[in-house]
Amino acid sequence: MAEFRMPSLGADMEAGTLVEWLVKPGQSVKRGDIVCVVETQKGAIEVEIFESGTVAELLVQPGTEVPVGTVLALVRGEGEPELPAREQPAAPAAQPAPPPPPPPVARRPGGGPRASPAARNAAQVLGVDLAGVQGSGPGGAITLADVERAAAQAKPKPEARRTSGMRQAIAAAMSRSKREIPHYYLSTRVDLGRALAWLRAENERRSVADRLLPVVLMLKASGLAARRFPNINGFFVDGEFRAAPDVHLGVAISLKDGLVAPALHSVPDKPLGLLMSELSDLIQRARSSELADPTLTVTSMGDNGAESVFGVIFPPQVALVGFGRIAEGHVNLSLSADHRVSDGLSGSTFLTAIDRLLQKPEEL
Amino acid sequence: MTREEIRSEVMQSLLGVAPEARPESLKPDQELREQLEIDSYDFLNFIIALDKRLKVSIPESDYQHLATLDSCVEYLARRMEKV
Repeated sequence: MAEFRMPSLGADMEAGTLVEWLVKPGQSVKRGDIVCVVETQKGAIEVEIFESGTVAELLVQPGTEVPVGTVLALVRGEGEPELPAREQPAAPAAQPAPPPPPPPVARRPGGGPRASPAARNAAQVLGVDLAGVQGSGPGGAITLADVERAAAQAKPKPEARRTSGMRQAIAAAMSRSKREIPHYYLSTRVDLGRALAWLRAENERRSVADRLLPVVLMLKASGLAARRFPNINGFFVDGEFRAAPDVHLGVAISLKDGLVAPALHSVPDKPLGLLMSELSDLIQRARSSELADPTLTVTSMGDNGAESVFGVIFPPQVALVGFGRIAEGHVNLSLSADHRVSDGLSGSTFLTAIDRLLQKPEEL
Repeated sequence: MTREEIRSEVMQSLLGVAPEARPESLKPDQELREQLEIDSYDFLNFIIALDKRLKVSIPESDYQHLATLDSCVEYLARRMEKV
């Protein structure tokens, strides 16, 4: 009997969701047949089988997420005798054991279970069905604490675990980053007084459609500084660092269910107006999901965000520059960098270089 | 242009940058940017849209008058009277 297992469909894939079986028990299959559809962070993928024979048993139900390597089906080889049906079908690997049935609940003559008013209110707010809650109060009455416990237990519902493809891709990249990259973090407060005053005057001269946002100055300054600090700009691959010849800044753009960081190309060489229109274009394209190839990422909180941000590096990049919210003419500038490639001293000098550049906005 | 017409133009401009906004649930006297979660880039596009629709060029120094739906209508009505 051959085992058909959840294949690994990419280096980062840890698990996949079986979406659909395209074969039935008893059906004969041959090597190369598409037998099921599996959802991964890269989308739905049709999976072929490498054994020929007859499908003996499907072990995993559609909709179930299982780790790579889990046996999905058993295939009886050609000429193999039919085995008697097993007494107990194997349980799908990733399905959690069903919770024990709730013990009987004290009932009111009116119908619903007995519960304190506070418990009833909480149940309504938390979406807890009182019929399924075991009461610990007098005479089995349901207390507030019982409802809260039930709500906490109900949290990891299957729907809550069904994360989007983008969320899964972010999870894989960020987990890999924190697993592999020894981050260090630096932060400095930058006076943006001159930069913002220059920008105000500049924007007065510009038509509405050509106005610049402060983030463009910060991107340009980061790009110019990165060109002078090659150990901030590049990739760590196959155990060694490779500096990138040009500076392509990944711009972190938040989307409905996550974020992407596509690249603005050759930032140091472009005038601000061009960077602004390319940034607009990039945001539009990011929101309709098209991506590119950055050498260093910049994240900016904009003016609704937090005061400081310490990012997680996008592998195989080796650094990430963060700008917090601009408040009272200042911005907190941070660097997360890969300690295999650079040290705090050069990281600090890099931040100082960005600061200096922002003090001379007319030269950006 | 009446205030009602201006309000409708403002709403259309907002829907351009925040298509999922539901006009009926927008509180007219509260911060637009917080209610619609629009960032500085979206806000700039909102200003560009108003410029196109109403032919009112809004200087950056007046952005403070555009915080809520009500204050937008008020500000734009005043600006258009002057023209």
